[in-house]
Amino acid sequence: MHDIYNFVSGPLVWVSFVLFIGGCIYRLISMAALAKKKDPVVYDYMNLRYALRSIFHWIIPFRSENMKRHPVFTIVTFAFHICLILVPLFLFAHIILIKESWNISWWFLSDSTADVMTLIVVGSCIYFLVRRIVQPEVKFLTSPSDYLILAIVAAPFITGFWTYHQFAGHKVMGIIHILSGEIMLVAIPFTRLSHMIFFAFTRGYMGSEFGAIRHVKDW
Amino acid sequence: MAEPAVNTTKQITDEGLVKGASKLTPEKIEQVINSVIKAETGARLKTYVDICVHCGLCSEACHFYLSHDNDPKFSPAGKVKQTIWEILNKKGKVDAEFIKRASEIASTECNLCRRCAMYCPFGIDIAYLLITMRRICHKLGVTPQYIQDTAHSHSATMNQMWVKDDEWIDCLMWQEDEARGEIPNIRIPIEKEGAEIYYSVIGPEPKFRAQLIYQAAVIMHAAGVDWTMPATPGWDNSDMCMFTGDFEMMARLKKVHYESASRLKVKKIVMGECGHAFRSVYDVGNRALGWKMPPIPMVHAIEFYYELIKDGKIKIAKKYQKPVTFHDPCNTVRGRGLHEMGRFVTNATCEKLIEMHPNREHNYCCSAGGGVINCGPPYKMTRVDGNRIKAEQLFAAKAKGAKTIIAPCHNCHGGLEDIVHHYGLDMDIKFLGDIIYETMEKPE
Repeated sequence: MHDIYNFVSGPLVWVSFVLFIGGCIYRLISMAALAKKKDPVVYDYMNLRYALRSIFHWIIPFRSENMKRHPVFTIVTFAFHICLILVPLFLFAHIILIKESWNISWWFLSDSTADVMTLIVVGSCIYFLVRRIVQPEVKFLTSPSDYLILAIVAAPFITGFWTYHQFAGHKVMGIIHILSGEIMLVAIPFTRLSHMIFFAFTRGYMGSEFGAIRHVKDW
Repeated sequence: MAEPAVNTTKQITDEGLVKGASKLTPEKIEQVINSVIKAETGARLKTYVDICVHCGLCSEACHFYLSHDNDPKFSPAGKVKQTIWEILNKKGKVDAEFIKRASEIASTECNLCRRCAMYCPFGIDIAYLLITMRRICHKLGVTPQYIQDTAHSHSATMNQMWVKDDEWIDCLMWQEDEARGEIPNIRIPIEKEGAEIYYSVIGPEPKFRAQLIYQAAVIMHAAGVDWTMPATPGWDNSDMCMFTGDFEMMARLKKVHYESASRLKVKKIVMGECGHAFRSVYDVGNRALGWKMPPIPMVHAIEFYYELIKDGKIKIAKKYQKPVTFHDPCNTVRGRGLHEMGRFVTNATCEKLIEMHPNREHNYCCSAGGGVINCGPPYKMTRVDGNRIKAEQLFAAKAKGAKTIIAPCHNCHGGLEDIVHHYGLDMDIKFLGDIIYETMEKPE
């Protein structure tokens, strides 16, 4: 058990970070090169001002018509994404591990706050799951991989919550927690989670086309 | 433009699709799909397909989806799933029946109106994905017959309606003659080199809406505009090849259009009230030819009228009395943001403007655009049933008192006429040019 723990919390962490960061860089560079070769239109029409205008409108809740039409979904997605990013970065337990390893640390969330935020992530995932099963227009688009991706995202938070609260079998769960976090990191560049790296570009390009060429808003 | 609907049931037979599909082999399908994907698409298609999280938030943007009681098969992403996703997943290994249906979905159940682009949080250009499907169908020779005939006309005559060169000139002279009954010294200046403005129209104007050329001449004359129209091909700014996926022909058409304008050394192109032609000349055709922006300044009639009225070149004698509502064509709002200029002209010429909702860049499409009306009678009910939401939107405007719909686009006229008749709306449909002509001070 210790060997497995040492393996997933040691070498595998490095492997996953290398794949995550390297994968993101690879995806960005290869896509940029492909765009240069096959879609030069993207470079010609990308316009910083209108790209940023569009991005800002879409990262602020209720700034777009569609967000106003779906208030519950808007609140859930924004809460989900905020918690999803903040909890792993500012969790006390994570920062302790880093301090022990490299003696560096930064601001952290209180455990109770992180707990609530974790539940928000898990609750959101349940909401997405139910939506996928219940709403016909979402169900129609759903493939098995969509459930898998949802599971990949939810797993580190469910297992993290389990481990922190030391429920039955928390030692095993701790190992699964680390492993699932690593799987999620690696999944980001290579699955639909890559919207994390490409969002700004697709949004920015559409914002540029609508703003600079068509002189109209895109939200 | 109303044509009889020949088939109101779901099963539509289109000769173009049936014949085209009958000639396909699995090898040809696979080869064509993969060659288009490999040679003509790149980062955009890949990113759009890679990052779509299948959230379904684009659904409510689509009038087809809303009009079919939220049937997911008609949602924008739902249509992509039935076309592009499938061919990518199967790497081109699909059968002729699939291609037939994919062509039908891409060509007749989507107007490429780009409303969904404003609803996707990631800014995925769904219209681009569906036009890519049309491109593949074009290369496979599986396109709806009526629009393909129009594309053939473009290839053979450089205009949409098989208008012969002498017939075009004849039509201009005929309209000049007609207009002289009203204004004795009016001219439709043909081939005037160095004119300020080159006025271009779409093929259907000389074919069956010739009075629009008459009206334009009266407006130009009253405003004292130095204008001309060419006697050669290039006069037709329309472009159904853009919508069949025949991009080579699209580029040829735009080349002829720009070349005829540059041959006449004009300062600016003004186009009649057409939406898709504007998209082709302003946004798509120029790119196909390698120009980032149009090589000659060009404006849509809405902007031109706006300038004439704002500068006092056109004076309004008596405003249009009936309350009007303004339908924003997708290609002039989501294609150029002309909604406020359209309202300026409307307010200057009409007593009362009653807004329909949604409006401006969020307006629902007429369901005729994107070449759908050009797919002809077999698909009339596809677009009329597929746009019940438009009828509801218009009924709401009518309930507030609107009697006339202003639609500054030819396709919108055709589409709205069918919707008005089918749903019993009993409203008039006018171009801005109709209203200006009716209300302006005319020279003696």
